[in-house]
Amino acid sequence: MKYLLLVWAGLWRKKARTILTMVSIVVAFLLFGLLQGINQGMNTVFQRLNVDRLYVQSRISMSDGLPIAYLEKIRSVPGVRAVTHWSFFGGFYQNTQNTLPVFAIDASTQFAVYPKIKIPDAQVSAMQRTRAGAVVGAEIALKYGWKIGDRIPLRTSIWNKKDGSDTYPVDVVGIMDISAYNAGSFPAFYINYDYLDEARAFGNGSVLYYIVSIEDPRRGQEIAAKIDALFANSSDETTTQTEQVFAQSQIKQVGDINLIANSIVGAALFTLLFLTGNTMRQSVRERIPELAVLKTLGFSDNKVLMLILLEAVLLCVVAAVIGLALARIAFSFMGSLFGALSPPALVIEMGLGIAILLAAASGLPPAWRTTRINIVDALARR
Amino acid sequence: MNSAIRLGSIVKIYKRGNQKIEVLHGLSLEIGKGEFVSIMGPSGSGKTTLLNLIAGLDTPTSGELVVADKRIDQLSRAERSAWRARNIGFVFQFYHLLPVLTAGRNVEVPLLLTRLTAAQRRARVAAALQLVGLADRSEHKPCELSGGQQQRVSIARALVADPSIFVCDEPTGDLDRETAEGILQLLQMLNRDQGKTIIMVTHDPLAANHATRQVYLDKGLLVVSAARAA
Repeated sequence: MKYLLLVWAGLWRKKARTILTMVSIVVAFLLFGLLQGINQGMNTVFQRLNVDRLYVQSRISMSDGLPIAYLEKIRSVPGVRAVTHWSFFGGFYQNTQNTLPVFAIDASTQFAVYPKIKIPDAQVSAMQRTRAGAVVGAEIALKYGWKIGDRIPLRTSIWNKKDGSDTYPVDVVGIMDISAYNAGSFPAFYINYDYLDEARAFGNGSVLYYIVSIEDPRRGQEIAAKIDALFANSSDETTTQTEQVFAQSQIKQVGDINLIANSIVGAALFTLLFLTGNTMRQSVRERIPELAVLKTLGFSDNKVLMLILLEAVLLCVVAAVIGLALARIAFSFMGSLFGALSPPALVIEMGLGIAILLAAASGLPPAWRTTRINIVDALARR
Repeated sequence: MNSAIRLGSIVKIYKRGNQKIEVLHGLSLEIGKGEFVSIMGPSGSGKTTLLNLIAGLDTPTSGELVVADKRIDQLSRAERSAWRARNIGFVFQFYHLLPVLTAGRNVEVPLLLTRLTAAQRRARVAAALQLVGLADRSEHKPCELSGGQQQRVSIARALVADPSIFVCDEPTGDLDRETAEGILQLLQMLNRDQGKTIIMVTHDPLAANHATRQVYLDKGLLVVSAARAA
C-alpha cells in the first residue's frame, strides 16, 4: 500500500491523457457490461423457460405452417398431456403503425398448455362460445382503452378474407394477465382459429405451429423424436424442439446475439489494448529519468516493473469498475424493456478479469523496458 | 586510516559501438570515514565515472572497489540496489526531484524501501526538512520552489534514510553563488556534526574549498590528492 502514493502520482502525471484514456476504457466496459448483460440475461431467461413444452413446426421453415389434421395424431403420442396450436395473424389496429401480437388459437386447449395465464374460467368459456371472440392482454387493453364487450375492427396484413376485406371484427370477451410468460414476445391477443380459418382466402386448414405439453420433462427428447417420426417422409415433415431451444432459434432468426455481442466487445477491447498500451508506453518513455532516480535511490528493477504494472492495473480496473457500474445503472433504467435482465455477477467478474488482462498486456511491455534502463545514461538523459 | 571507500587499480572501459574508451586507468584511492572529499578535474577526466562507481551505479571493468565495508564490484544488480538504499545518499546537480510529488513526499521516497510505519516515515521526513530549513515547504511541489530550495529538498531526501556516505555530483552547479554557499555550508554541517562521508564532484574551486581534501583527476588518473589547509 505504501507504494500507492508513487503509483497514483505516476498515473496523474498527465491528467488530460489519463482522463481521456479512462473515458475510453469506461465506454468500452459500459458496452461490454450492456452487451454481455443482455446476452447472459437472455440465456438466463431461456434457462427459465419451460422444458415440459415442445414446439412442433415445419421442418422446412416455421413460416410454412403445418396441417390442422396433425393435431389428433400428435395428441395420440404417449406421454403427451395436451396439445394446442398458434397461427400468426399479422394484426394491426386502424393503421399498420399500431401492430398487435395477435394469434389465432384453440381456446379449449390454450389455457391448459399455458396454465399460468391468469383469466377467469367464465371468460375462457365465453371465448369458446363466441366465434368472433377475443381475449386481450391487460397491457394492450389498457393501452387502447378496451374492455369486455367492445367490438374491435381487427385488421390483418396477411390473411385477406374471401370477400377481399382485411378486417375481422372481434368482440372482447376476456382480459388476461400473461405476466408469468412475459419473456419478451409472448402472444398477448387471441382470436379463435376457426373464425380465421373459415374466413381467410388461402392457407385454410393450416396452423403455424403446435405447442405440446408433456407429462415428464425428462422424456422431452424421446417424445419429440416420436412426433417427428410420425410425419417423416410426408409432404409436411416436422421439427420438434423444447421451448428453450425454440426460443433461442427464434432469436437467432434476428441474428446470433451471442456472436454479435462478442464481436462488438472483442473489437472494442482489441482497440482498447492498443490505446492503453500506447498511453502506458508514452507515459513510461517520458519518465525514464524519473524512474532512473528511483533506481538510484535503491528501487530494484522488479520494484520499478511492479510500480508500472500497478499503474496499468489501477488505470484499467478503476475505469472498468466505473464502466460496469454504469452498465448496471443503465440496466435498471432498461428493466421495463428487458424484464428482469441485468448484468449477472459472472459478467462483472469477467469484466474485472478482462480489465486485469488488459492492464497486464498493455503495461508489461513498457514495464519490462524499465528493467533495462541504464541509470547512468538515463540520469545524463542520453 | 579507517576507510569508508577504497579503490584498488580501478579500470573502467566504456564501449561505444565498436569503440572501447578507457576512462579510468588503474586508479587507486582511499577515503576515510567522515572525510569530505572534493573531486576536481577537466571535462572528460573521469570525475563522474568515479562518482558513479563509488555510488554503485556502475561497475568497474577491473579492480577492487570497497565501499562501506562491502566489495560492491562483486554485487549483483539487485544487491547493489539494496546496498545503495542502505548506504548512499545522492545529491544531483539538477536535483532530480519527482515533479508530481510534494517536497515532503519526495523526501519520503527512500523511506518506502524501509520497514518504517507511515507515522515513523512522517516523523523522519519532518526532521529532515527541519534540518535543511524547509519545514514549512513540505506540501509544495518542486515547481513551486526555488533552485536552492529544491537542492535542499534533495539533500533532505539524501539524508532521511541516514546513509553513511553522500555522493554529490556538482551540487552547486545550477545555483547562484549565495545559494551555493548555503548548500555547501549545509553539506559541511552534515559532515562535521553527523560524521557523514561526503564525496563531491565539482568544477568550482570555491566549492572544492569547503571539502577537507581535494582530489584532482586528469585523463583518468589521480594527479593530486591534498588535504585542505586548516
